[in-house]
Amino acid sequence: MTRLAWADTMDETLQRYGRRPEYLLQMLIHLQGAENWLPPAALTALAGALGLPRARVEGVAGFYSFLHTRPVGQYRVLFSDNIIDRMAGSQAMMARLCRNLWLSPGQCSEDGLASVDFTSCTGLGDQGPPLLVNGYAIGRLDDARIDAVCELIRQRRPLAEWPPGLFHVDDNIRRRDALLAAQLRPGQALQAALAIGRAGWMAQMTASRLRGRGGAGFTTAVKWQACRDAPGAEKVVVCNADEGEPGTFKDRVLLNTCADLVFEGMTLAAWAVGAQRGFVYLRGEYRSLLPALEATLARRRAEGWLGRAIGGVAGFDFDIEIHLGAGAYVCGEETALLESLEGKRGTPRIRPPFPVTHGYLGRPTVVNNVETLAKCCLIAVHGGAAFAATGTAQSAGTKLLSVSGDCARPGVYEFPFGVTIGQVLEACGAQDTIAVQVGGAAGITLAPYEFGRRVAFEDVPTAGAFMVFDSSRDMFDVAHNFVRFFAHESCGFCTPCRVGTAMLADTLDKLAEGKGSPADLIEIEDLDRVLKQASHCGLGSAAPNPVLDGLQKFRPAFERRLMHADFSPAFDLDGALRRARQMTGRDDAGAHLPQQAEPPR
Amino acid sequence: MNAPRKLRIATVSLAGCFGCHMSLLDIDEQVFALLERVEFDRSPLTDIKHCGPCDIGLVEGGVCNSENVHVLREFRAECKTLVALGACAVNGGLPAQRNHIDVGRCLSAVFQSRPGMDTAEVPDDPELPLPLDKVHPIHEVVRVDYFLPGCPPSGEAIWQFLSDLLAGRTPRVASPLLHFD
Ligand SMILES: Cc1cc2nc3c(=O)[nH]c(=O)nc-3n(C[C@H](O)[C@H](O)[C@H](O)COP(=O)(O)O)c2cc1C
Ligand code: SF4
Ligand code: SF4
Repeated sequence: MTRLAWADTMDETLQRYGRRPEYLLQMLIHLQGAENWLPPAALTALAGALGLPRARVEGVAGFYSFLHTRPVGQYRVLFSDNIIDRMAGSQAMMARLCRNLWLSPGQCSEDGLASVDFTSCTGLGDQGPPLLVNGYAIGRLDDARIDAVCELIRQRRPLAEWPPGLFHVDDNIRRRDALLAAQLRPGQALQAALAIGRAGWMAQMTASRLRGRGGAGFTTAVKWQACRDAPGAEKVVVCNADEGEPGTFKDRVLLNTCADLVFEGMTLAAWAVGAQRGFVYLRGEYRSLLPALEATLARRRAEGWLGRAIGGVAGFDFDIEIHLGAGAYVCGEETALLESLEGKRGTPRIRPPFPVTHGYLGRPTVVNNVETLAKCCLIAVHGGAAFAATGTAQSAGTKLLSVSGDCARPGVYEFPFGVTIGQVLEACGAQDTIAVQVGGAAGITLAPYEFGRRVAFEDVPTAGAFMVFDSSRDMFDVAHNFVRFFAHESCGFCTPCRVGTAMLADTLDKLAEGKGSPADLIEIEDLDRVLKQASHCGLGSAAPNPVLDGLQKFRPAFERRLMHADFSPAFDLDGALRRARQMTGRDDAGAHLPQQAEPPR
Repeated sequence: MNAPRKLRIATVSLAGCFGCHMSLLDIDEQVFALLERVEFDRSPLTDIKHCGPCDIGLVEGGVCNSENVHVLREFRAECKTLVALGACAVNGGLPAQRNHIDVGRCLSAVFQSRPGMDTAEVPDDPELPLPLDKVHPIHEVVRVDYFLPGCPPSGEAIWQFLSDLLAGRTPRVASPLLHFD
């Protein structure tokens, strides 16, 4: 945590990343470590050193919310703003910190000491409310912990000297099944797959019927085969550890407790498709996991499970490097992720071509979720048929659920696919539940009459989030929070989503202020349709989900906020004449406007 | 069978330049076809001062002052179908360029510090409508049923739009007739 000027860090940055433009994002993250922000001169110098247009460098720096092109505080505090964190009291915690430090949100203190803001879900929904300070997470905030943080900031103590206990993150594993209970030796799965040969291993994967755990549920073996068969000698395996979906944190726990399984799964994928390079794209919010992950990689290299001639098989060369994200939910979308890996803005690509033929730097690339890759180890050890024997007809195996919200035991639960919503609620000790949000903000809102439905691709698909709401909650607030999340995270590339999410958020703001009317509900439904049909990627098309479900299943929560009027402006009409009244000195009846139209004659 | 009842149309220009109305007249000989189907209520084309019950209201221009608000509300109250006609009505358009300037500074620049003005007072006659601090698209003040963008929408686009509306079809102006500038 030394405070070098950026110039001192520049040479080291360039050396470390070999002046390769595809490392631009990694270089910017590294460079920012020097002064907590990226001064214009630093961007110019970096552009010059890499031979890139300055606009390209600034374009990347401007895209990611954890990169700053304006000065921020020496301590940058970000409160996680998922609805679950709000329910846990994040707003009061932020107010306390602001009060203690004489700050207001969004602004840097005058002495440059600290700045405070909100950020999207940081993946600690089971131990909130959480914050990030200079990228490192502190969970379970209460008055005492906030005061401790403020004191450390006031004393300007370097982060490295803060009590480590403050940064302790629990795994909270509540239910173990095939994956979390497995006790595999490092290399055990690889040995099994190497023993049956490439084709034999692919056949086991096919038999397993494993489907992707990142959301879309694509059959993993089909993806791998397409990559294997794609022309091009250099192939790539990418582990998607961006885990940005609000309410999801199971990948964090997997990376913290069984990184070996994840890396081994990547190596198994490399064995199947013939890849030489592997990347883990780790969301910036999880950077505290980095040292342990690097250490695990180093050990696996030493053990011969990475590097040249893996497992003694000549020609099987594969290694893994970890790239950090920088606070952009859209980078979890696989083509945006690839752009980001290439050091660019995280703008989703037009598909086809798909990553399996044109992925990282145009090479055939497999992108898989953390959990998907870890599951491959079970298939290698126990065989595809054994794996396929669990779960449901179309959803083999188990699913890790990140349970948070109104329940006694939040945390990670591993259940076989087919488990009902009600069974999960019972396991986590939820009472008086009025709704469950499955699959995150982009997922589905379930009402009590649906608690008999099953977690499975053929019924309720999910990337893993399972947020519980009891009868003290207002489902309008939930939808409102999610819509604001999408408006904030829209990458801005396509108009339907850039404008549509903002308009949707504005309309819900209007409802929240009690200025809504039936016409606004119609407007919301129109916007929902545009977003669903015209968005370029899954972010925009999922953005209306919370509102669509909310209007269908919790309509009174929306209707309650309507004024009994045909239409009411969102802005204060009479207030809009104030300045002109002031300038003219008028105060007659004609110098005022009623907020509501007179009832029709 | 009786001839179908003529539909009543009202039109108005709020904070607009009358360009959209010119474009409406630009439908050339279709004007005759139109007049067979409709009769005009309040409009710059008639001399009716207040809008009565109508089937269709066409609104050009955004909302820049208190009078615009009253007129627009009257249109909304009287017209079954209300249409935002042209870029200004849809988005605020050119007049909304003033939105980043304080309206007080505008008034003072025009009335108090412009050379050649004989009085240096901002007029305070109650007959004059007060300007709003910002120019708003009409849908921010009343509910609007349809939007036809363009500055102005071409006569052809307006004709297609009106023909749909008169025939009871949901209006659909497709490219290349649909444009936003
Ligand atoms: C907006 C958006 C965000 C996404 N975020 C993630 C994510 O954080 N982690 C993930 O594994 N997949 C995410 N996905 C899905 C990926 O695009 C991709 O389908 C997945 O990584 C493929 O891996 P799998 O087949 O193992 O599930 C996201 C998709 C979209 C549209
Ligand atoms: S839908 Fe949204 S996130 Fe996706 S490309 Fe368009 S603007 Fe970006
Ligand atoms: S849209 Fe264009 S033509 Fe119509 S009123 Fe506005 S400026 Fe005039």
